[in-house]
Amino acid sequence: MDVVELSRFQFASTSIFHFFFVSLTVGLAFLIAVMETFAFVRSDRRELYGKMTNFFGHLFLINFAVGVVTGIVQEFQFGMNWSEYSYFVGNIFGVPLALEVLMAFFLESTFIGLWWFGKDRLKPWMRLGAIWLVAVGTQISAFWIVLANAWMHHPVGYEVVDGQARLTDFGAVVFNYKAWLYFAHVQGSAWVIAGFFVLGISAFHLLRRQDTDVFARSLRIGLVFAAVGTVFSVVSGHTEAQVAREDQPMKFAAMEAQWETSESPAPWSLVALIDQEARENTVSLEIPYVGSILAYNSLEGRYDGINQIEEQYDEAYGEGDYTPPVAWVYWSFRIMVAIGSLLLATAFLGLFLWWRRRGELDRTRWFLRVLVLLIPLPWIANFTGWMVTEMGRQPFMVYGLLTVEEGVSANSFGEVLTGLVGLWIVYLALIGLDVYLLTVTARAGIHRTPEAQLIAAPAPSYEGSGFQGYERKG
Amino acid sequence: MDLVTLWFWLIALTFTLYFFLEGFDFGVDILRPTLARNEAEERALTGTIGPFWDGNEVWIIAAAGLMFSTFPIWYGAVFSGLYPVFVAILLALLLRGVSFEYRNQVDQQRWRDFWDWMSFLGSVVPSFLWGVVMAKIIEGLAVDEDSRVVSPFTDLFSPFALVGGCATLLLFVLHGANFLLLRLHQDTPLHARARRAALGWGALATVAILAFVVMGYVTEGLFEDFGVLPWLFPVAAFLTLASIWLALTLRRDTLAFTMSGLTILFATVTVFIALFTRGVVLPSTLDPAFSLTLQESASQHYTLVLMTWVGAIFLPLIIGYQIWNYYVFRERVRPDEGALDRGY
Repeated sequence: MDVVELSRFQFASTSIFHFFFVSLTVGLAFLIAVMETFAFVRSDRRELYGKMTNFFGHLFLINFAVGVVTGIVQEFQFGMNWSEYSYFVGNIFGVPLALEVLMAFFLESTFIGLWWFGKDRLKPWMRLGAIWLVAVGTQISAFWIVLANAWMHHPVGYEVVDGQARLTDFGAVVFNYKAWLYFAHVQGSAWVIAGFFVLGISAFHLLRRQDTDVFARSLRIGLVFAAVGTVFSVVSGHTEAQVAREDQPMKFAAMEAQWETSESPAPWSLVALIDQEARENTVSLEIPYVGSILAYNSLEGRYDGINQIEEQYDEAYGEGDYTPPVAWVYWSFRIMVAIGSLLLATAFLGLFLWWRRRGELDRTRWFLRVLVLLIPLPWIANFTGWMVTEMGRQPFMVYGLLTVEEGVSANSFGEVLTGLVGLWIVYLALIGLDVYLLTVTARAGIHRTPEAQLIAAPAPSYEGSGFQGYERKG
Repeated sequence: MDLVTLWFWLIALTFTLYFFLEGFDFGVDILRPTLARNEAEERALTGTIGPFWDGNEVWIIAAAGLMFSTFPIWYGAVFSGLYPVFVAILLALLLRGVSFEYRNQVDQQRWRDFWDWMSFLGSVVPSFLWGVVMAKIIEGLAVDEDSRVVSPFTDLFSPFALVGGCATLLLFVLHGANFLLLRLHQDTPLHARARRAALGWGALATVAILAFVVMGYVTEGLFEDFGVLPWLFPVAAFLTLASIWLALTLRRDTLAFTMSGLTILFATVTVFIALFTRGVVLPSTLDPAFSLTLQESASQHYTLVLMTWVGAIFLPLIIGYQIWNYYVFRERVRPDEGALDRGY
């Protein structure tokens, strides 16, 4: 391990931990805004939707704080660990980052306080406006950071002058097709995470017949989100793979562990034993035609193999090793696709049950049990998805322009290692606490004190609080 | 004024706003163990900053983001050069940030005590270290000819930097005490205690700021290039600070808070003037020729134009809704039973 690898590991850790929290924040903010809108509009069921908003809002807040603080690390670490990178891309990359802070972070952090603490001070429409601003803020934030990330994968609107990228066209950066694709995929997956989170918790309480009036409705709201989210993720993900075949062919070949250029029609490898040293697969179980369908939506067509692309890259960027860790990319991709398909099927089965007969969805107990078990899966899909996209572009930091080794700061090994250990201890503690507090709070449900020994009191009163103003007006 | 100069001062403005705003919420967290006598009082103190601290903290993310986009070399050099300092600041902010939310999630005294410690330490550490950062930026780091910072760890804690750390720490505590005078109900014992704290910590802060200015002048020679006009700022910082004593004695709380705010403003401006008059953003301790200059550290013109539009639209908007946030929660806080039910 050297400073480069340590710094890479630190960046990956921070991003993964950060994204663990924010993906839920981004999706759940929207769901809560929708719940509160129901409370605002449906005066006949105001109390019910008010309880729902407050309950899921409490879970949202537990998670929100950790997303915010891990984001500070994210913002600082470009300069701390990647000062050469910062110098190289500052003209361009800094802009979306600054925009994210100015357009989104201030909005979220200010209005979340107004929403939660301002319950008895703000008029109902203002409170509703506050949560919508938080929801919009999270989407804007996701957009700019994903745009910055997409630029690293597919740099546009720049020229390199004296070892520094210079911005030539900001419009090209904003309308980078890669950015919009990534944004659609990240957005979809955030909806999936939040949708299945709400589904799982609602199902848990329906199984115990607790507050069924509230949870039967939150189940349906969650279901719509989950269905829309999975469709979005699958369609954008499929397009992303096809686009990668064109602009990041090495990543696409690594996803398929395709060492030599494929035949036409190309098969699709279901399981493979990968030997990176020998640059071949010792075993590969293949399904015919599917490779071509994946790459071209067609029953024919071949794509380049890793070894051929390696030769092209050697020619274009100079002699070197341009092969990413194939097994990681290959398996991460398969895990993500498997989970994604399972979630898509579950969401549509849910919609089918809902449509078939009134109340059938709440009575199909095996389905509810499955929903509870599914809660962690979207996170795993998310994690593996990021592994595919970030490992698949190694050794580049900015695709074709700057390698990871060239981007690192002149820090000493000891400094980086100490910092890394410190951050890991805190991250592990935070993720543990987050999961623990979310679990006990979610399990306790509405009006009940959490069962766990540690927690005894502070279950906030979900009833009424914040919605009294509604009653006076309505 | 060219755009490079404009952005240099806009970054100075974001740092100033950050120190002004987060300064008092750090101060409140630091004072809490000594001021509060019971649970209701502890919650009342946290309640004074509850709706604000998160929005305040974003100003440092803004400062970093704006530095990245308008002075990428400066950003990379400062953040990598002071690596251990920033790691400590980040760890502190991580633990402090969640302490607000997590403290009251579990009804157990040991759990609450633990998070009280985290919010205390998580405020003391960055309050001190931001002074170190500011002092090191004007004192300089070991910048080599490729603009890479190669300072060894021991280099980070020079006497000047340590005095700078004490100055910001004490100034933030004083600022926090003054903020409490505006946010707590006047007829509570807590309010009287906050006033006594402000007087005590104010005296110490005055000594620390004086030491910082004198040291900067005598031993570091930092302010040699100051003309007559820039000298106004360190002197004004000192005078405003000294006047707080008078304001507190006369029970003019708003004046006292305004003055500690102005002290932070003048002190931060002093730091940035110490750079500006030399035309550098980060002096090199190896060879003055390696220093990062203002003009060469800046982004290209096109980026600066773009960022100027962005700043012109969003900075006033942000300041506007943050002021509105303070207006909504303007009511003074009183420690009572009701506070226990309201989350914090």
